[in-house]
This record gives sequence, structure tokens and C-alpha cells, in this order.
Amino acid sequence: MGMTLGEKIIARAAGVDEVKPNDIHTVTLDRMMSNDGTTHLTVDMYYNQLKNPKIADKDKIVFIMDHNVPAENPKTAEAHKKMRNFAHDHGIKLYEGQGVCHQIMMEDYVCPGELIFGADSHTTTYGALGAFGTGVGCTDFLYAMTTGTSWVMVPETIRFNLHGSLREGVYARDLILTIIGDIGANGANYKIMEFAGDGAHNLSIDERIVLCNLTVEAGAKAGIVEPDEKVVEYCKAHGREAVHMFKSDDDAQFAAVYDYDLSKIEPVVVRPDFVDNFALLKDVKKEKIAIDEAFVGSCNNGRIEDLRAAADAVRGKKISPKVRFIVAPASKAVYIEALEEGVITTLMEAGAMIMNPNCSVCWGSCQGVIGENEVLISTGTRNFKGRAGHPTSKVYLSNAAVAAASAVAGYITDGVD
Amino acid sequence: MSNTEKFTGRVWVLGDDIDTDIIIPTEYLALPTVEDMKQYGFSPLRPELAGQIREGDIIVAGKNFGCGSSREQAPEIIKALKIKCVIAKSYARIFFRNSINNGLLLIENSEIQDVVKEGDTITVTMGESIEKDGQIFPITPLPQNLMDIINAGGLVKAMQKRNGII
Amino acid sequence: MGYTLIEKIIKKNIGADHVEPGQIVTVNVDRVMIHDIFIPFVAEKFEEMGFQKLWDPDKVVLIYDHLVPTSAVEDVRHFKIGDAFADKYGLTHVHRSDGICHQLMTEKGYAKPGDIVFGTDSHTTTYGCVGCFSSGIGYTEMAAILGTGEMWIRVPETIKVVIDGTLPANVSAKDVILRLIGDLRADGATYKALEITGSTVDAMSVASRMTISNMAIEAGAKACLFRPDEKTCEYSGVSMEDVDWLYGDDDASYCRVMTYRAEDLVPVCACPSQVDNIHPVSEVEGTKLDQVFIGSCTNGRLEDLAVAAHILEGKTVACKLIITPASRQIYLDAIKAGYMKTLAEAGAIITQPGCGLCCGRAGGILTDGEKVLATNNRNFLGRMGTSKVGIYLGSPATAATSAIYGKITMPENLQ
Repeated sequence: MGMTLGEKIIARAAGVDEVKPNDIHTVTLDRMMSNDGTTHLTVDMYYNQLKNPKIADKDKIVFIMDHNVPAENPKTAEAHKKMRNFAHDHGIKLYEGQGVCHQIMMEDYVCPGELIFGADSHTTTYGALGAFGTGVGCTDFLYAMTTGTSWVMVPETIRFNLHGSLREGVYARDLILTIIGDIGANGANYKIMEFAGDGAHNLSIDERIVLCNLTVEAGAKAGIVEPDEKVVEYCKAHGREAVHMFKSDDDAQFAAVYDYDLSKIEPVVVRPDFVDNFALLKDVKKEKIAIDEAFVGSCNNGRIEDLRAAADAVRGKKISPKVRFIVAPASKAVYIEALEEGVITTLMEAGAMIMNPNCSVCWGSCQGVIGENEVLISTGTRNFKGRAGHPTSKVYLSNAAVAAASAVAGYITDGVD
Repeated sequence: MSNTEKFTGRVWVLGDDIDTDIIIPTEYLALPTVEDMKQYGFSPLRPELAGQIREGDIIVAGKNFGCGSSREQAPEIIKALKIKCVIAKSYARIFFRNSINNGLLLIENSEIQDVVKEGDTITVTMGESIEKDGQIFPITPLPQNLMDIINAGGLVKAMQKRNGII
Repeated sequence: MGYTLIEKIIKKNIGADHVEPGQIVTVNVDRVMIHDIFIPFVAEKFEEMGFQKLWDPDKVVLIYDHLVPTSAVEDVRHFKIGDAFADKYGLTHVHRSDGICHQLMTEKGYAKPGDIVFGTDSHTTTYGCVGCFSSGIGYTEMAAILGTGEMWIRVPETIKVVIDGTLPANVSAKDVILRLIGDLRADGATYKALEITGSTVDAMSVASRMTISNMAIEAGAKACLFRPDEKTCEYSGVSMEDVDWLYGDDDASYCRVMTYRAEDLVPVCACPSQVDNIHPVSEVEGTKLDQVFIGSCTNGRLEDLAVAAHILEGKTVACKLIITPASRQIYLDAIKAGYMKTLAEAGAIITQPGCGLCCGRAGGILTDGEKVLATNNRNFLGRMGTSKVGIYLGSPATAATSAIYGKITMPENLQ
């Protein structure tokens, strides 16, 4: 019987010829990533709960500080110190303030066919390069770090056949928000969301990142785009070789199959407080919902294509005086590219605040925090209650162009009447 | 407050250059009220101090008390902790103005520091002297324009009078 | 008898034939600055005092900088109150994310040569760089000025500082002011004005003079003034005729004169935890650092970023380096000059312009046992985190060089 793309990755990591859904396998991990959200907890467990602990393979581990960078209080500084010292003492590669963890992983590590654990839910991102990335808690991470292995239950796969291309002014962000709206926040619970078809291959790697990154918001264990020549090129451009280019077999079993015509996708605005609270921009903008802050950034929407879209929306304009417009490039590389293209200048001239590359407003705990009853339009990953600050505040999700246009108008809009 | 009032208080001893970040660190300045902030008074230097201060206590310090920022919460916090007065060798100028404007009594004296230790009791006669176990240390009265503000009950009251609302 | 620079400003302002130190006078305020931390208190006091309107809305500047970007949910309360105050009383000069207040006050031309300006921040002394008498006050006094346009002051004595000669290549304005504070001590200029003259400061940019006037408060000074020159006029957009009266007379009475030979000055640091604890960098060289910070109203300007970029070109930092430009314009100019790219490539964490780490609310807070070398103006206990953080203050050149090695290092000789 045939296997899906995700099943093949697990089979490879488990060293077996075949796996099928609901099997439990011990797997060898290709890479493990932990960020400053939880690493200090993992370090505490490492020292306090294990007897003679050791790191299985330091070269497979990456530590990335991105959630609270730079530190906003001594407690954070203490957590960072713990993480920094641990990395130093064990020879683990540490990134500090160079970008959001998932973007750095994409730029520097991920290869197709790999099985990667990250101590962060949006580790699903790595499927953009045909890898199986999944988020784990710090206990799982500790086990993985000390043994180099873990166990997985093989998930079922839902196949999304994408056709055609997105229209101008419509983004991968709108596509994935539409899909989540359709299947619901638990629509892919413990499943793999696999994207294939000509529409998937028409998407750039940056767009695929947007797609895979947000699959966890439908409950998915992984989101994977069938790798192609673009993946090979991306890896090559970043000094890596794409080896394990898996595809689902023709006779693979899918839990469900959906078809999407990309040309039919329209700009989306997700209302508070759930990611599947789907609405169309054309309806929402009639309400002229006033905003206090707009955010472009995050592991979902802080790449060069997003920053360009935001810059195009504000070029030659000024943001509304009482809107705080925050832009956080996803990584140093993105920032430098945006500098060179004049994108940062355009955004700043319009009144945007440019953050150091980090999670920023999406993490909601230290940068651009919103207050009581405030409204945020965000390209971040989540709009949960209180995600960006005060429990009474509201978060709407949109693409970067809409967020930027809203910053200019002062209310949610694409700037087109 | 008259220029001849007399009062007695227990002493807390602090050193030179007690800056405004010590009196109230920046991280607490966005708390809504001085009442919310006062528990953090002097916390970088002596975290326990704010909780130990009792109404009517007196701070005795060295030179340049209140140096640093213009934050008016510094004298306000000292007032909110119900410190009766500060006696220091000298004061930083913004702090000095802010204290007068808020009706916090500041006394300049360079000798008392040598004879008091923490927990001692001293008696102040305004415009005249400080007394410790029979030893008398003269103090000079404040200039009239400052006493006018203090006598009005601080600058807010002075302005209220000017605007005819009290 | 002659007058010092500040005496001339006060004399002209009140229309008097004569003023002298110690005299208490009421001045007409030319401009005021309020920042985000204190606007709620100013607004409250203003209304409590019973004022109905501002004496002159055009003379009031409101700047958000300490809380930009916000780092806690209660921060936006300050913006809401500030915005409401601006709307109610017709404020037009409001900057919500353009940079640090002191940078904007001169950069945007709010504080000009010969003006008298007050701000709700101790580093308001900064505007003396363009020959403006500017000083920090509390929010209650600010509220009174907003209603009356007036403020009583005691005419200060003036300390004259004369610096002649050419600074060594690795010595900057920051080293000059740190040395001066070390010599004056933290209270040496309390209630006094500083007047800085000599060929060394004549050769300095307005930005470098700003570094000096900014930190004068750390010696307790009420103001720190420079005689305006052509550079000042160009920077402030005024003509030489406007400023030709702004100098201290040769026969003016100074309470103290301090003289320096520029060639004798060396790179210095203010060591923990007092700004007047000054030591040559050579004495503390090798001190291991966890972080370096380049920014603030003292040293977050284009020339500071230029020095850092020059030193860091092609290098990689060995410890965290946080760079916070002083204003939006400086950031944009630094992009154009290529500094931002160079700094980012070297591994710097570049943040939104604002007070950042210097005001201790975010932007790279540290914890017990950590050490930071910073270009800002204060190293007080607990200023950047816990009271067990060691803060060293130094020049941008010392900071950038130290970041390369992760320890305090003598700045390279810069061209």
C-alpha cells in the first residue's frame, strides 16, 4: 500500500520501510530547535530532574532567542542568561536577536525529508521545504535533546489539491486563513495537512512558509508542501543540498481530500478571538472598524514579500496619527534585504516603527503590547483573547497589505473604497 | 507649616548621591498612582526599607540627594511613605524644586550625619535647629518665595488661588 | 560689567538692564516639552490647578519616547491621556514614534538659540548645544507653566569651561563630558550653569556639543550652554545676526573657570554605579561584557552610528550589541549612509528609535552579575535591570570596539 509524503518522512526517521496511520514509532530526529519561550524550563529540568544528563548530539540542536528580544525585564534577562550559559557550556549553536526562530531555521537548517522537533507550535513551518516539522513541549524536547530520538504516532494525512494562482492583491495568508475558516480550528487535529497540485507549485517558498506555518491553527501536527525544484533551488541558495524529496504515492490513503481553486480566494479578515472566525475583507471593511495598532511581522508574515506588500500600501502616505504601526522583519537577512530595496525607508517615512527582527507583537508580551479595549490588526499567527495585551483587547488577522492600509486609514480596510 | 514648627522622628540613614532611580526605579513609573509605586521606594538600594518606614520618620542622607531625573514621583513617594522630612548635606536642584512644589520638607545640614545612626530619634525645630541627645545643630530658614509656596500648600494650591478656585 | 551667556538670555527674556546670580526672576517661557511618562501627571495637575486653556498651544511639544514601543499593557494609558489632552487643548506638536524628546526638540527646531525652554526631563539641558537655556522641571511646575507661560528661576552662577586644542583621534565629546563630570563630581555644578568654550568645542559638530550639554545634569548643572556659531545656525535654521549677541563677555563674572588641553584627554568610562566614577578606559580594559548599548539622547546620533559602523565594518560582535538610534530621521539617514546594513551584518540588534534601554523599561534589560558598556547618560544602581548589574558608560567608539571583543577595549584610533 502506498504512503503519503509525511508517512515517508516518518518511515525514514524510524528506519523502517513502511508506516501507517496510528502506528507508534521511535524516530531519530534530524534537528531540534528551542527558543527563549521555554528553553530555561528545559534547562531547569535537565539539571534538576535527570541523573547524569548528557546531550545526544549538540550539532542537531539549535537555540534561538526571539520571543523577548531584547529583554524587557530582569526575569527575562535571567531566563536568557540560563539559555546562553547552557548553549555555551554544551557547545550548542545560539542565535540571539537575529530573527524569529522558524525563519532562521528555514534560512540555515531545514532540508526536505527531515523530521524536526521544535519547542514551539509553529514548527509546522518547515513543511514549506518538504520537511516534517512539529511542535513539542519542553519535556518532549528534553527527551529528544538527551537521546536524539522521540516517539511519534503516525498521523493521518489530509490532502489539499491547490489549482491555479492567487489573483493580484491576494496572498498565501488569505489562502491559509480561508482553509482554516473552512475546516475549523480543530479541522486537522493531529493530522498532516499536505499541499500539492499545480497551485502549490506556483507558490514561492515564502508563500509556502505562510501556508505551513499556520496549519497548526487548524490543529495539524505538520503542514507539508510537496517539494519541487523551487525547494532544491532554495536549499542551494542557502548552501544546502536537497536530498530526500518525498512525494505521496498515487495509491496513498488520505483521511480527506480538498480542492481549492486559488483564483477564487479573496482577501480575508479573521475576527477576534479565534483563528477560524473567518470573514471576507469586503464585508469587514464596510464596518470601518477603528484600530489602535497595526502589526506586520511574525514567523507567518514577516518576510520580504510581506514587507514589500506593506510598503506598497503606504508608499507616499502617512499613517493615521493615532495608530501605532509596528513592523518586525522576520530575520536579519530579511531586514537587510528590505534595507537594500528601500522597503524599510518607505515604511519609516510613512511613520512605521521598525523593530529588531523578533516575534514582537505576535508574542504579545513585551513589544507593542496593546491596552484595555484596544484593537489590533495583525499579520501574526493568533488572535486569541488577550494574545497581544490586555484581556479586553481585540485582535483581527489579515494579510500585510491590509494591515498596512489599515494603519494609514485608521480602520480596517484595503484602502480601496 | 509654620517656620517654627517642632517635631521629633526616628531616623533612617542613607549615603551620598541617593539618585532618583534609587528613590523610584523607572520600571514602576507607569503604575497608575504614587500609592501603587511607594512600596518600591528605595528598592534598588534597600528593598525592605519602604515596608519599614513609619509615619513621621526622618531620612538623614549625605550630599546630592535626589540627583538624576526630573521624576516628581521621587519626592511624592517619600511623602507617601509619610516621611516627615529629609535632612541632607545638599540636594540636586530639580528634586529640590519638586519637593517644595509638593510640600515635602527638605533641610540642609552637614553635621548631623556624623552623630546619628539608624533608629536614633532627633528633634527638628523649623528654621532653627536639629537636636540629638542635647546636641544642637543650627539650620537656616528657607527663602521667603519658597516658604510662600509651602505655605500655600504646594504649587497646585498656589495656582488654584491664582485661578480663584479656592 | 559683562554678562555670562545665560545671564544675557535671562536679561533679554525679562527685558531687564541687569541681572546677577542669586536674583530670583520670573521668565517668559519660549517652549516646553512634555514626554509620555509624565503627561498623565501634568494633565492631572493642570486641571487640578483650575486652568481652562494653555497659555500658548504652539509653544507646547508632547513627545512619546519612553514607552515606545509599549512593553506593558498599562503603557498605552499614557498615550490615551496624552492624545486626549492634545485634542482638548489644541496641541499640534505631538510626536508619537519619532524618537527621543531631546533629539527632536533641536532636530525639529523647537528649541532655538537664545530661547528659554523647560522640559519634564532632567536631560532637558541638552538644548544648550545650540545656545538655548533649557532645564528640567517636575510635572507640577510644568502644569503651572502651561497655564501661565511663566516660571520663576534663580539666576545661576556660571562655571566656564575652556577646552583648547585638538582631541586625540580616539577621544570624543563623550570622553570630554565624562572627564568634566569626574572633575566636577555629581553635585559640582548644582544650581549652576556651565558655559563651554574653546577651540576644541568650536571644532565640534552640534551633535557632539549635544552629547556634552545633555550630560551636564550629571554634575547637577541647571544648564550647559555653547556659543552659537555658523554650524549652529545651519542646524537651527537661524541667521548669524539672530545669534550674534549670544556669547559670554570677556569681563563676565564666572564663579569658576576650568581649563583643559584637548591633547591631554583620553578615552574614559564612568564605572558602576555613579556617573562621576570616572576611570581611563585603559584602567578597566579587559572587563568582560555581556552587552553593549549604543543609543540614547546622549549618543544615538548619526555621527555616533557612523563611528560604530566604521569600527564594526566587516567584523562580528562577540557579545550582544543593541543599537537604538535617537530619532526616526537619524535612522533614515543612517540607512542612506549604509550604516544600518553594516551594523546589522556585524550582528547588532537594531531597535526602534526611543529611549530604549537607557530608561530601563525594555530594550535589553540585564540581570545579576551581568555587565554592560553603554553610551547613555546614567549608570545608577538598577538603571538597566537588577541592582547587581554593572553599568559602564563610554563613548560610541569605546562601545563599538568593546563589542567586537566582548570586553572593555580601548577604541581604535579613528580617522
